[in-house]
Amino acid sequence: MGEEDYYLELCERPVQFEKANPVNCVFFDEANKQVFAVRSGGATGVVVKGPDDRNPISFRMDDKGEVKCIKFSLENKILAVQRTSKTVDFCNFIPDNSQLEYTQECKTKNANILGFCWTSSTEIVFITDQGIEFYQVLPEKRSLKLLKSHNLNVNWYMYCPESAVILLSTTVLENVLQPFHFRAGTMSKLPKFEIELPAAPKSTKPSLSERDIAMATMFKRFSCLSLPSSWDYRYGQLYVLFLRHHSRTSNSTGAEVVLYHLPREGACKKMHILKLNRTGKFALNVVDNLVVVHHQDTETSVIFDIKLRGEFDGSVTFHHPVLPARSIQPYQIPITGPAAVTSQSPVPCKLYSSSWIVFQPDIIISASQGYLWNLQVKLEPIVNLLPDKGRLMDFLLQRKECKMVILSVCSQMLSESDRASLPVIATVFDKLNHEYKKYLDAEQSYAMAVEAGQSRSSPLLKRPVRTQAVLDQSDVYTHVLSAFVEKKEMPHKFVIAVLMEYIRSLNQFQIAVQHYLHELVIKTLVQHNLFYMLHQFLQYHVLSDSKPLACLLLSLESFYPPAHQLSLDMLKRLSTANDEIVEVLLSKHQVLAALRFIRGIGGHDNISARKFLDAAKQTEDNMLFYTIFRFFEQRNQRLRGSPNFTPGEHCEEHVAFFKQIFGDQALMRPTTF
Amino acid sequence: MAAAAAGAGSGPWAAQEKQFPPALLSFFIYNPRFGPREGQENKILFYHPNEVEKNEKIRNVGLCEAIVQFTRTFSPSKPAKSLHTQKNRQFFNEPEENFWMVMVVRNPIIEKQSKDGKPVIEYQEEELLDKVYSSVLRQCYSMYKLFNGTFLKAMEDGGVKLLKERLEKFFHRYLQTLHLQSCDLLDIFGGISFFPLDKMTYLKIQSFINRMEESLNIVKYTAFLYNDQLIWSGLEQDDMRILYKYLTTSLFPRHIEPELAGRDSPIRAEMPGNLQHYGRFLTGPLNLNDPDAKCRFPKIFVNTDDTYEELHLIVYKAMSAAVCFMIDASVHPTLDFCRRLDSIVGPQLTVLASDICEQFNINKRMSGSEKEPQFKFIYFNHMNLAEKSTVHMRKTPSVSLTSVHPDLMKILGDINSDFTRVDEDEEIIVKAMSDYWVVGKKSDRRELYVILNQKNANLIEVNEEVKKLCATQFNNIFFLD
Repeated sequence: MGEEDYYLELCERPVQFEKANPVNCVFFDEANKQVFAVRSGGATGVVVKGPDDRNPISFRMDDKGEVKCIKFSLENKILAVQRTSKTVDFCNFIPDNSQLEYTQECKTKNANILGFCWTSSTEIVFITDQGIEFYQVLPEKRSLKLLKSHNLNVNWYMYCPESAVILLSTTVLENVLQPFHFRAGTMSKLPKFEIELPAAPKSTKPSLSERDIAMATMFKRFSCLSLPSSWDYRYGQLYVLFLRHHSRTSNSTGAEVVLYHLPREGACKKMHILKLNRTGKFALNVVDNLVVVHHQDTETSVIFDIKLRGEFDGSVTFHHPVLPARSIQPYQIPITGPAAVTSQSPVPCKLYSSSWIVFQPDIIISASQGYLWNLQVKLEPIVNLLPDKGRLMDFLLQRKECKMVILSVCSQMLSESDRASLPVIATVFDKLNHEYKKYLDAEQSYAMAVEAGQSRSSPLLKRPVRTQAVLDQSDVYTHVLSAFVEKKEMPHKFVIAVLMEYIRSLNQFQIAVQHYLHELVIKTLVQHNLFYMLHQFLQYHVLSDSKPLACLLLSLESFYPPAHQLSLDMLKRLSTANDEIVEVLLSKHQVLAALRFIRGIGGHDNISARKFLDAAKQTEDNMLFYTIFRFFEQRNQRLRGSPNFTPGEHCEEHVAFFKQIFGDQALMRPTTF
Repeated sequence: MAAAAAGAGSGPWAAQEKQFPPALLSFFIYNPRFGPREGQENKILFYHPNEVEKNEKIRNVGLCEAIVQFTRTFSPSKPAKSLHTQKNRQFFNEPEENFWMVMVVRNPIIEKQSKDGKPVIEYQEEELLDKVYSSVLRQCYSMYKLFNGTFLKAMEDGGVKLLKERLEKFFHRYLQTLHLQSCDLLDIFGGISFFPLDKMTYLKIQSFINRMEESLNIVKYTAFLYNDQLIWSGLEQDDMRILYKYLTTSLFPRHIEPELAGRDSPIRAEMPGNLQHYGRFLTGPLNLNDPDAKCRFPKIFVNTDDTYEELHLIVYKAMSAAVCFMIDASVHPTLDFCRRLDSIVGPQLTVLASDICEQFNINKRMSGSEKEPQFKFIYFNHMNLAEKSTVHMRKTPSVSLTSVHPDLMKILGDINSDFTRVDEDEEIIVKAMSDYWVVGKKSDRRELYVILNQKNANLIEVNEEVKKLCATQFNNIFFLD
């Protein structure tokens, strides 16, 4: 298996922490993504490392017993430590606040605290076996205030910090899940739902294990058109993922992942089923809006993209892995510190180790080795693993870092060795332009909303974010087309067909085509002497009118005489290029035509007499000169009451020339009354 | 601007008069090098009518030779193009070096009853326009060349014998299709009528053509027509011009009848697995289900000046959309190829044809140009050969019908001759018989002829009317008033 075949990898710079051992306990906080290494109950030090901060937080605390759970509030303001099943201890990390610990006991009698979750920098939720309690921490008073509580029997709980939703497992079978949503001091109960359990042998009691459930948010939207109250708008869509080991349907033996969509309002709905086609031990991650399923037995992983088309049976959509199963790319443990000097070879890391713990969305922790990795998807290898270009585009367009990969796919499909057929190329262009158009529309409605002054009344109106999936004309031109047309070995027919296909696609999505694309078409046609084709394109206005294009056409006149006419037509249609038209006609010595044109549009009172007389003189046609001269004499008469030219017009030389040819008496006499 | 009052239209027609239109008297092709001594018939390559006695043929050819030779002394580069006599007019054309084509046309005749009851024949010497019939003669050559290649090529391939065979085979049929009585200005232009289309539909057609050329990889050139009007030509302009002429005056009219029938009964419905579509071959196999169907396509010759390409012409049509696929003559299209073409092109072309039709109707409704304007015009652009006429009704294989009086058509021809003499842009306004005005305008290689019928209009009003017409019909081109 070549290196280019692995499409999943562990991040290059993992968070490193002290390995778990009898004196060093390791905790992970999903909200802040921090690893806590607590030595001897904190007495010999606590080291906290997050994925982003290069400077770990270290402190000491008194060893008051075994630490069950330890978490910072958001922004590391307050530390909460659970040491008993009834209480949680707090310690302020805010400057100027007392650092003395304070304690909160759970309110419900005889309840045991299963754990706690921070929902903001000062709000915390205790989950007990008898319900949940929502508190506000008042650090300056070193006390907590109960905001709300709810009683129900809890087997276990799960927290999704991205959407601030806590899921509680209730009932004997543990399979009825009760979600709660927290936001700015409020706790709201969402409709509960039941997970269907697979049929199990009668001897064993079926139950829903915490290990088989995960929560993840996917597909954050960036459009400003979403309603401000919409959950989706801020958090993306929340899914509860259930790993069903044995399918109830007898004909399918493999395990499945069932995706329940948990909307902000309304009931939870079973939406997708991911077919794994294998059994054994699995773990789930969500990376870049893809569901990654790791299989420990085969030490491979598969990915699913629920945005890709699957088989819809009327209520749920069935998906198969996007790509064949592959192992995560082999990983060498980097050697740091003094050991590096001793030229030790890097140690290969054991992948899919049983000591791995997986957290959402993309975290893999090896507590025994002291590493925290983020799982990443590599897009380049996928290009070759997914032969269907349309599906490949659908897949890539949903990924965060897709731009350069998509551009390279485009270049590849136009290369001689991997040339795709025109219908495929058309499909790819259409998919790109579909995304591009969506963004342009969002931009436009944003601009209109701003103009209408809605920005003040609705603070949630946000400028649409331009994701990498938006590939505009200049991207495609710069990275794909300009290099493509330069390729000598390409048959020109294919080059032109591709350019026209791109222009067709842009037009189909009603996107105005930039003139550099038109120039590219013209250049290619001219290079191959295909002037008649060019003529036909212009005739049907496929190449939109613009001054640069008209000038380009003018320059082609010596190779293709009709270009002159095409250029003039274009200038005429632009209706802002009247000066250019006059210049073109004068340069062709069509002085009379120029004069008639400018008169036709009513601009003849403002033109320079000298310019026209110069041009007329150059024709060496005395009668023409006479006509033009007389025209301006009449203009002078009409505008100033005298046929004479003013000194400012600098026509002395022409007056002299006129007299020389036609005599003094031919000059127009001032009309006298 | 020049205004002239022409006394065209010589009053009401006398009831007892009988008219005979111009007619083809003879048509011959010769090469003086093939029989340098006078009296030899070797130099005659083709002679119509063939029944003419040998000596007369030789005499007539000799006369032409002498005239050309004689006039050459006055104008070495431009020898005589035509010879006017009382009864007829002769037109000379030398399309290839030393190969001469001559067409003799009898002047139109008016037969009158004299007072004593005897018929008196009057030849109308001034009726025929040189430019029109010279163009017809040149077109004869172009059409021959399209299907047979140059004279020289035939000589190279099989000597005089082959050339004579080819000429005989081609002109025997072709001359019957010349309808000299209805030749007019449009024959001078030899223009192409383009189908008006919006950009998006045009791009769809482009896309279709490119895809077809890719999947039928032996196609060298493609042309696309709708409603007998051109939309796309992969051929060069001059080749397209004559191919267009062939398609619109010969091939398409011959297939009008079956098309009307075909619309209700798709012939291919019984073909298993075939999508229903209206595509069919206008050249080549008639029935694709017949295993013995002949896949023979007409051969055409293009770019004869440089690359000299010989091609098979495949014309395939679905509803009003016709595509011409031209493939290299060295490749022989098989029945399998034809079936493949039919299965790929047929369904797509059917969809495209209805798209075009729909789009065209939308555009027509939007522009609202349903009602007939009170003037008629002919427009021609030398640069792209675009031609537009509201004077001519639908062209049929036999005659091109005009909706105006022949005398007016002649005035148009006269104005055109005037335009040819000078390079400059100009405008000519003619007051014709009764209430007719004829206006000719020439601006940067474009010509426009307008026929107006307004009671008591004066020159200024006519001028205004034409300006208005230009502003509405030709506002998107640079056309000087």
